[in-house]
Amino acid sequence: MSLFLDFSLLLMLIIIAFAIARTRDLFAAVMFSGIYGLLSASFFILSDAVDVAFTEAAVGAGIFPILMLVVLSFVGRYERSERRLKPVPLLIALGCGAVLFVAFQQMPAFGSPDGPSHQHVGPRYIEESPSEIGIPNMVTSVLASYRGFDTLGEVVVIFTAAIGVFALLLGATGWSGHYLPLKPSSMSSHKILRIVGKMLIPLILLFGLYVQFHGEYGPGGGFQAGVIFAAGIILYTMLFGMQRAQRVIPLQALRLLTALGVLIYGSVGIVSILSGGNFLDYSALLPDDIAGQHVGIILIELGVGITVAASMTLIFFAFTLASISAGESDK
Amino acid sequence: METLTYLLSQLLLLAGSFLIFSGALGLLRFPDFFTRVHAAGVTDTLAATFIILGLMLIAGWGLVQAKLIMIFLFLMITSPTACHALAKSALHGQLKPEDERPDQDSRAP
Repeated sequence: MSLFLDFSLLLMLIIIAFAIARTRDLFAAVMFSGIYGLLSASFFILSDAVDVAFTEAAVGAGIFPILMLVVLSFVGRYERSERRLKPVPLLIALGCGAVLFVAFQQMPAFGSPDGPSHQHVGPRYIEESPSEIGIPNMVTSVLASYRGFDTLGEVVVIFTAAIGVFALLLGATGWSGHYLPLKPSSMSSHKILRIVGKMLIPLILLFGLYVQFHGEYGPGGGFQAGVIFAAGIILYTMLFGMQRAQRVIPLQALRLLTALGVLIYGSVGIVSILSGGNFLDYSALLPDDIAGQHVGIILIELGVGITVAASMTLIFFAFTLASISAGESDK
Repeated sequence: METLTYLLSQLLLLAGSFLIFSGALGLLRFPDFFTRVHAAGVTDTLAATFIILGLMLIAGWGLVQAKLIMIFLFLMITSPTACHALAKSALHGQLKPEDERPDQDSRAP
């Protein structure tokens, strides 16, 4: 039964990937990619990778389509350039595909017990992490502690993406004052949406906080929580307009928060050096090793959550403000 | 008693699955956008209700049941709203229902 589900999910993923490549309607492509994210999340759940599935559902099926739709409001719905068969890119793609195909023949079989992922560091994490880190969710102890440096890199990637978008879209015109006299939202006629949104937004934010602080005990953590939190703020912005959203969380505060998360993460690393350990070795933070690990993990997850939530909101705001100002200059 | 609950839950799950199937069929076969939204709405609300009720009977008293109730409440709020938003934005975009269109041949995209 599980095999049947695996195959049908993978088959649907392949079909949707082709549909995304074929369609010229970018709106449909974005919707397809949201479905792709949801299907991948289901596939990860079947593989018992609940944390990854949670991230994929929050990012791939949640925030990614929203951000892409905002981009579409900026660039237009249909693909403009004509499609022709270009031989050189086709050859390169086929060559890369062939190399990958040959390479995956050499890989150990799926789930094989003597694959490197089950031989190398995996068993050590499983055996030692209860006594070394002491938190129930092993995935979090790997991500936040053993592989803390990798996670720092991921957070910096998101931070860089946010400042990149911000600099490209709003950097030249500045960010303060200029945009504030925004018109009230055109969504004011959507009474039902607004009322339901008012009911749901507090729940969404509360759930985001739960995911943030429950990451040590169950699936969750800073990335998912940040995305869920940002989704709540984005929903508010869509329903009540940019003007009111700016009053709730000004752009300037978002800029600071985006940097603050990375700063918290990096500072935990520096403090652990100063207390005599290695970079991001949380055991050095407190006299008790396990308590130090707990404090370190909570702090860096907080940093991750703040940066992710602020970055996602910042990207959304940047695109919205840029398309508003583009619309005004057209008139 | 146990067999009865089991049978009842199976029946509910089956009814839910049938409604999902009919919703999917309607989504494919109905002539225009608004009737299709109607088909999707049935899937989202009644079918989800049946399936969650069936699952609650299997789960029995406990945390899982409480979570299922939360999911049920969430779906009951969000699904009709999503359908409403879809239909309203279609009307806003000047999409007319099938029988109000001047030429009967054109089909909704």
